[in-house]
Amino acid sequence: MKVPLSWLREYVDLPAVTAQEVADRLTAAGLKLEAIHSHGHEIKNVVVGRVLEIEELTGFKKPIRHCKVEVGEATPREIVCGATNFSVGAVVPVALPGAVLPGGFEIGSRKTYGRLSDGMICSEAELGIAESSPGILLLPQGTPIGADVVELLGLRDDVLELEVATDRGYALSIRGVAREAAIAFGVPFRDPAATEAESGGGESWPASIADPSACDRFVLRSVTGFDPAAESPLWMRVRLDRAGMRSVSLAVDITNYVMLELGQPLHAFDRSRLSGPIVVRRARPGETLETLDHVVRTLHDEDILITDDSGPISMAGTMGGLHTEISEVSTDIVIEAAHFSATGIARESRRHNLVSEASKRFERGVDRELPLAASWRAVQLLVELGGAVAGPGVTHTQVEVSPVRITIPADHPSRVAGVTYERETVIRRLEQIGCTVTEGATPAASAGHGVAATGVLASGDLADRLTAHGDDLITVTPPTWRPDLTDPNDLAEEVIRLEGYDRIPSVLPPAPAGGGLTEAQRMRRRVGRALAHAGYVEVLAYPFMGPRDLDNLLLPEQDPRRRATRLVNPLSEDEPYMRTTLLPGLLKTLVRNVGRGHADVALFESGLVYRPEPQAPATAPVLPVDRRPTEEELAAIEAALPRQPLRVAVVLAGEFERSGWWGEGRQASWADAVEAARTVARAAGVELGVRADQHEPWHPGRCAALTVTDAETGETVLAGHAGELHPRVVEAYGLPPRTCAMELELSLLSPDGPVQTPAVSAYPVATQDVALTVAVSTPVAEVEAALRAGAGELLESIRLFDVYTGPQVGEGNKSLAYTLRFRAPDRTLTAEETTAARDAAVALAAERTGAQLRGA
Amino acid sequence: MSNTYDPVEVTPLHADEVVQAQADALAAIAAARDLDDLKQARLAHAGDRSPIALANREIGALPPAARAEAGKRIGAARKAIGEALAARQAELEAERDARVLIEETVDVTLPWDRAPRGARHPLTTLQERIADAFVAMGYEMAEGPELEGEWFNFDALNIAPDHPARSDHDTFFVESVDSGKVLRTQTSPVQIRALLSRPLPVYVVSPGKTFRTDELDATHTPVFHQVEGLAIDKGLTMAHLKGTLDRFAEVMFGAGITTRFRPHYFPFTEPSAELDLRCFVCRGSSAVPGNPPCRTCKSEGWIEWGGCGMVNPRVLLACGVDPAVYSGFAFGMGVERTLMFRHNAEDMRDMVEGDIRFTLPFGMEV
Repeated sequence: MKVPLSWLREYVDLPAVTAQEVADRLTAAGLKLEAIHSHGHEIKNVVVGRVLEIEELTGFKKPIRHCKVEVGEATPREIVCGATNFSVGAVVPVALPGAVLPGGFEIGSRKTYGRLSDGMICSEAELGIAESSPGILLLPQGTPIGADVVELLGLRDDVLELEVATDRGYALSIRGVAREAAIAFGVPFRDPAATEAESGGGESWPASIADPSACDRFVLRSVTGFDPAAESPLWMRVRLDRAGMRSVSLAVDITNYVMLELGQPLHAFDRSRLSGPIVVRRARPGETLETLDHVVRTLHDEDILITDDSGPISMAGTMGGLHTEISEVSTDIVIEAAHFSATGIARESRRHNLVSEASKRFERGVDRELPLAASWRAVQLLVELGGAVAGPGVTHTQVEVSPVRITIPADHPSRVAGVTYERETVIRRLEQIGCTVTEGATPAASAGHGVAATGVLASGDLADRLTAHGDDLITVTPPTWRPDLTDPNDLAEEVIRLEGYDRIPSVLPPAPAGGGLTEAQRMRRRVGRALAHAGYVEVLAYPFMGPRDLDNLLLPEQDPRRRATRLVNPLSEDEPYMRTTLLPGLLKTLVRNVGRGHADVALFESGLVYRPEPQAPATAPVLPVDRRPTEEELAAIEAALPRQPLRVAVVLAGEFERSGWWGEGRQASWADAVEAARTVARAAGVELGVRADQHEPWHPGRCAALTVTDAETGETVLAGHAGELHPRVVEAYGLPPRTCAMELELSLLSPDGPVQTPAVSAYPVATQDVALTVAVSTPVAEVEAALRAGAGELLESIRLFDVYTGPQVGEGNKSLAYTLRFRAPDRTLTAEETTAARDAAVALAAERTGAQLRGA
Repeated sequence: MSNTYDPVEVTPLHADEVVQAQADALAAIAAARDLDDLKQARLAHAGDRSPIALANREIGALPPAARAEAGKRIGAARKAIGEALAARQAELEAERDARVLIEETVDVTLPWDRAPRGARHPLTTLQERIADAFVAMGYEMAEGPELEGEWFNFDALNIAPDHPARSDHDTFFVESVDSGKVLRTQTSPVQIRALLSRPLPVYVVSPGKTFRTDELDATHTPVFHQVEGLAIDKGLTMAHLKGTLDRFAEVMFGAGITTRFRPHYFPFTEPSAELDLRCFVCRGSSAVPGNPPCRTCKSEGWIEWGGCGMVNPRVLLACGVDPAVYSGFAFGMGVERTLMFRHNAEDMRDMVEGDIRFTLPFGMEV
């Protein structure tokens, strides 16, 4: 809402303070300053002049005039002017040499078009009144020559641009802001709506409300003999412009002016285009309306319409119809001022994607008592400025609405704020905003604020449970312009904000006995830190993906990762799905980094994936809000939501260990990807199983399945995969060759309980090396597991120190060289003991994997 | 000890011979140029076959009257030789060490960045820091799904069915506009989950990912992060809310940094306030005319931080909490925005794109 201070000062006696000080007080009261726009402060030396002579200069591409202009000095000024909308005798604004115009534009004496130009005749645009103007500004005859134009036209003004919260519709008007300013400065407020509106004389035009849920007050007034050629006076155009509205025509400007001043949207019909009685109703199937913007709109059966015998003539509170619009020939006008359903207008506006100044106000709630006064004010202006004659009578149809009453203990605001407010203060503040306050409780008979209530009224049981309990009850009737006030806490907020949020003390509540982070939350942090320490950079990619990703990843038809949740309104039609795997986002981020010149990149992400269950219900019920839902109701929501497990993934390419002056580095490989999984598992405190697997998008020969043991069932659970990506995936994403990746479901990793302290033996270690020959296809992990199991309890550690393939071990074989370290907790081992343990280890390896002891 | 002596062997005990032997020894020690020379000198002049050692051995053969005098003389000589040896040994070792260690000198300024460097995303670590501030105040961290039921995201939070936030201009709808499922537009549904699942009183903080259909630009991102706080207990007031947020501001931005409330409207809180943070750079001084300007707060003295208020009793009722007994407060702030002003980050796109140059400097914690 843009509020010219000069307009505000008409209704509130503000002290002599700066615009910033006014804005600060309003901000503290909840009308937040967005910006102050200063107008006219820099303009100087622009005076009223009269054109004495005009000489048309020829030979130029456009008409040029050389004028003599009287400006209240001893001799007239010679001025060259390119506009032609004036004649001799015209009274015009003249910027004298040395004048400054908006934007710091300085006017001097200069030669132009072969003549001296000793100043400039100004247009509205040049004076900062309008965005653009076709010709120069013509002032009324009789305006004193030589007078200061800025003073005369009131061009010097500050405009406060305020952010109005959605519950404060009343503040979308000079009236509403002036009321707040008056309270903030403790000065009187003059209500511009407090006029004696003429209400007698019968109907001005027949009208009725057919749907009381759509409209609860409908007022029409009419004028005749309006001069359609009459122009809007400059003061009105200046104010409209500064309030952010364009001047259209006098009749339209008047409706807008009254709306800005009072907050009541008005609509003007050409009376001659109306046919028969007006009815306010909902749309019927198939109805259409061509609106002011020349769009033929198909109406929805919930749309609220103004209709006559011809059908719809206006979309209530949103946009008028083209046929009944006032035109450049309209002389008889019907003014509509109504009170429509806030939610009705909100829906209508959204359905048709039509946001207007009127719909903005109706949506936020308009004062139900305004239509008579606002329509009367518009009629007065049409008469005064447009030469119209006020038509007899007024149409006033309405649905009776009983006022809202809220009973609260007088100390309720104090209990909410934690500040003690005197009883008198509470009542005074509530009365200041327009409430009526009476002693004691009133039976809860509140029927509501009428159709336009922005606050949803609680009824029956809910109202009872919202009631604030206590002694010393007062009953508050909010004013008609505050439909947002429905609950006890709404009233508390009014008292607290007007007394000042800055009066609320800072009190730390006693600390609750919290349990700290959960084990899962700690684990997540450890995993992130571990991967970062291992050289991975965390990214937070958008969790969206597209069908192309599914194909790029080579996912088979039946792969569960293809079962993705689709967004109705995705950011991009290329990525309409919620991710079922972290890889697409990571791979695209990797490509972006490579594209920016980082050849060696290792990235990780930890986040949710979304896995809809095939049998899940399609919709999640929207439950009532007046009670706690039942467990069954809540379960129905949960059942409809996809499973959202937490996953972690890494991708890496280029050198994982860098080349340098020390020599060659090492390319990222499948082994790094598997090791990343082990890093995660170690951080999580979980034992990780690794076995060969074939799983997209990994290289079928370089893919590891990662398993963990379910803590409850003891079963081995597949938790993820790691390895080198399939070359076709690398190609599809444009990745560096041999890009590697790992993805693991963190939700499956739960530590096996507290670490058990190992016994640390001080006895000497005994070391035995063994070299085993196995088939190339035998997984090392199986050999090692057999060695461990066979070696028994004396084995302290086992380490593979060499893998050899070649002629010495024969075709299709490989040699694995291990160091086994043995130690006993209670004695020095004998050579016989260690040899026996080693032999047992080798024997089991031989039995399980066919391993042959080399050199045996 | 033997009382007999061999007169033939008595000769070396002459005083001047001892003096000569000592002088020879000292000269040889002094002349040793390296540790090997010294080793030879030690053998020759202090070894078992050295004149002094032989002389020492003969002391027992002397007549008892001469023993004391000879013992004293030889002892002194041995001591002098021993000391000279030790001194020269130390000298030569120092020389050797100095030479060898200098030969082994390397350029310690050579880089050794063989291992890759990693880092955590500042939005992650900032969420952790914020959560930690509240955990230290006794809060617990609560979580919820990102793809959420509409009832949790809107209805239970007193956001009416026609509220503009519920249109597809703001909210990502899932599967269909009436599926009852959305991408959560705020972390506030976690409040509802916490109230439904935890015993009262409830004090929780919930950082997390949120979604709105904004276009990505320097100051907007459709996927962003919020931190939400909720406290429901008996007798909680706005003063407690202010105290909690002031404490939080101090923990995050240093002593003396406080907060300011401005009246505002949120459906889920009443009364509601917008939350401003005292500028932690200029501490408000830039708002005073004539003082130097401040980039962080744009010379307003305050930085818009988030929203807060007393939990609307309607929200409590939807969760089965009796507003006649319990009251409480909630607050929320954007993590991206906090990162922007706390770390002078100027473009949200950097937080989204995952360029390692953006993330690496943030290391393990912010």
